[in-house]
Amino acid sequence: MRGLIGIFAFAAAVAAAPFFVSSGYALNAIIMTLYAALLGQAWNILGGFGGQFSFGHAVFFGTGAYAMGVLQVKFGWNAWAAAPVAAACGAAVGAFIGGVSFRYGLRGSYFALVTLAFAEVFRILANTFEFTGAGVGLMIKLNESAANFQFATKAGYLYLILTLVVVAQLATWWLKHSRYGAWLQAVRDNEESAAALGVNAFRVKLAAIMISGALMAAGGVFYIQYLHYIDPHIAYGPGVSVEALLAPIVGGIGTVWGPVIGAVVLHVLGEGTRGLMGDAPGVNLVVYGLVLILMVMFLPRGIIGVFQTRAARNATPTARTGAGRA
Amino acid sequence: MLEARGLSISFGGLCAVEDVGLQVPAGRIVALIGPNGAGKTTCFNLISGFLKPDRGSVAFDDRDITGLAPHRICALGMTRTFQIVQPFAAQTVRENVAVGAHLRVRSRRAALARADEVASRVGLGDELDKLALNLTISGRKRLELARALATGPKLLLLDEVLAGLNPQEITEVIPVIHAIRDTGVTILMIEHVMQAVMHLADDVYVLSNGRLIAQGTPAEVTNDPVVIEAYLGTGTAERLRRMAHA
Amino acid sequence: MLEFSILFPSVLNGLTTGAVYALIALGLTLIYGVLHIINFAHGAALMAALYGVYFLHQLLGIDPYLALPVMIPAMFALGYALQRWVIGVASHGKDENILLVTLGLAIVLENLALFLFKSDTRTIDTAYTFTTVPILGATISLPKIVAFAGALAMAGALLAVMHRTDLGRAIRACAKERQGARLVGIDVDHVFAMSFGIGLACLGAAACFLMPAYYVNPTVGNGFVLIAFTIVVLGGMGSFIGALAGGFIIGVVESVGGLWLGESLGQIGIFVIFIAVLLFRPQGLFGAKA
Repeated sequence: MRGLIGIFAFAAAVAAAPFFVSSGYALNAIIMTLYAALLGQAWNILGGFGGQFSFGHAVFFGTGAYAMGVLQVKFGWNAWAAAPVAAACGAAVGAFIGGVSFRYGLRGSYFALVTLAFAEVFRILANTFEFTGAGVGLMIKLNESAANFQFATKAGYLYLILTLVVVAQLATWWLKHSRYGAWLQAVRDNEESAAALGVNAFRVKLAAIMISGALMAAGGVFYIQYLHYIDPHIAYGPGVSVEALLAPIVGGIGTVWGPVIGAVVLHVLGEGTRGLMGDAPGVNLVVYGLVLILMVMFLPRGIIGVFQTRAARNATPTARTGAGRA
Repeated sequence: MLEARGLSISFGGLCAVEDVGLQVPAGRIVALIGPNGAGKTTCFNLISGFLKPDRGSVAFDDRDITGLAPHRICALGMTRTFQIVQPFAAQTVRENVAVGAHLRVRSRRAALARADEVASRVGLGDELDKLALNLTISGRKRLELARALATGPKLLLLDEVLAGLNPQEITEVIPVIHAIRDTGVTILMIEHVMQAVMHLADDVYVLSNGRLIAQGTPAEVTNDPVVIEAYLGTGTAERLRRMAHA
Repeated sequence: MLEFSILFPSVLNGLTTGAVYALIALGLTLIYGVLHIINFAHGAALMAALYGVYFLHQLLGIDPYLALPVMIPAMFALGYALQRWVIGVASHGKDENILLVTLGLAIVLENLALFLFKSDTRTIDTAYTFTTVPILGATISLPKIVAFAGALAMAGALLAVMHRTDLGRAIRACAKERQGARLVGIDVDHVFAMSFGIGLACLGAAACFLMPAYYVNPTVGNGFVLIAFTIVVLGGMGSFIGALAGGFIIGVVESVGGLWLGESLGQIGIFVIFIAVLLFRPQGLFGAKA
């Protein structure tokens, strides 16, 4: 129960922010941090709780963004109707990739590689067909009103992303307190033992990748509604895939709050870097890359790991032990 | 309860198990013994669904389960343990056992409660909050047992559950296994520790080089010259007999 | 549509490109075969090497082919240092999550390049950049033919090192049995670093052969990473012959694919092969069964 209270307290605190903060810059910072937390939480469900590290998570993000874009621009759908369909598309892609990969027993590094390959395939497809705007991409017409799922004020977007993050937090909390979550973590920690105890590892992993895909697609939905534009490189390129795994690894994989903490830390780091080095392209990411290396080297359990007891320190799922056998 | 017939499997030309059949009547404890490399764990893998036999069949509760997936077989009431214990290292004893409990129970709270109860039965009551990683070998073996018990099996396959335990620990575990049988669970166990086999088993099957070479009560089997030869080498049975009569 | 006069040049081009791909993949398969590391930084390292060749030419006037004796040792040193003091340290003995460390390295290298050199695509012009050679009616560019020859030479050199030298024996020992190698007195950390160094040295050579006919920008590595992985997986992780064969196959698939499906869609064949191999035959053509 404590966990649930924590989630709602967090939601309330952030929801109150627009009343105390009016700067567009600051609100955008909060929004983008929450956005990173959402992507991170989506990845965390499959990677942290499920132990399947994906290096191509953009494949779900891009699908959500493009579904949203295509339904509105090419078919004239209302955004509110399109959003759940886009999330469902993410889950469907998850079912496909998971169904195929897990059916053939792909784990560890091989699974990471195959997700990368799928992301690249989708990128090429999106880049080729007029349906998705080919190389030019898709742009959503600016039409700010809540009915169109676009908001005139930053506060509107803040509440949108906050809602999505709360959903993700609740989903992760549920993983920690449910039978399904126990099964998933058992499969992560030792798939053979889990099978010997009656767990259907294939179905469990499949469900995880579908949930993860749906949440990641929701991130794509948010992206295109907030920034109004998507193209193959943004949608399916390595940027989003890396962004999705950075926050959980920094904050602590397999935990409820890891992605949120990681997102905040990375954002602060980014701002700090910008302050020191200006807006030069690439500087932020150099720092993030270094952080990634240092985290795996010294803090594989992430920031949350620093605060765990000595006994727990040796056992929690770490960036080192999480990925399963190749 | 369990009937295996003509089980055979080869790995790349090497015959690991050849024409093995055994029966485990309900409510009994049956032991599967034999020298190292005889194929005992392979038999377990064949029976519990981790390997598909090239030939032969397995029937559980009069139902053909040959080739079924391990988790399906477990759901039907047969649970196996592993010789090399594989706990969920990152989780506590309670959480480990709860995974087993969840086979029958949906509620998290109920599963954790059941885990407490089962763990206490095997003597892990004081270590429920310990991380599996931090248990001694004896603790890990008990954990393996508790996890399997929590699934509420009708038939328990124990793979060398006593291996690595010192004599004191062995005398502590034997009554636990007896108690499990007394609650109505049938047990098929692979064991090297002969003391345990003598004390526990109603029936013994002896495997050597992938084939069954003897079957009977513990007393019959340990006096069988074929069995002695399998463990100690050709001619030993004769030498022992001569020494006994000398 | 598939007349010989159109198909043949495409296949030849594919083979020459494939040879360079093979050179890139050779380093990757060596690194995987020995250290069991899936080196995500391989593409970024190639990019770094390409910049090296570029600046040697622009600032010092050194011809790319003459830069071979500079680039190969330089990349070797970089590889040795990275494995010995970064990757090896972060591994703590756990193989799988080296992925994350090498991914981090890739991010750092790529964005460092972006920061230092901006995102402009750069090429070099040499006397022979546009020279072509007629082969059986097809016109193939000279740099590509040199690359083809170079790749075969490097592969041969690698095989010779692995099977005829003490270092090669030590490398193969460490690959098969790390603890055992330690027990017989082999400095495993040193050998691993040497292997990684050799792997990146191959990239140094590949860069020298690539640059005259190609280009460089900070993200060029990304494209090569996936192709290199495809070749390594197709050929079989750890197999040099596999890397060569895989390189040629993928080169031809890309070339003919581009012919059939156009520039954009043409590459899709490569990734479809990649996924198919991972699913149905993960040990590849020549690799050992896992």
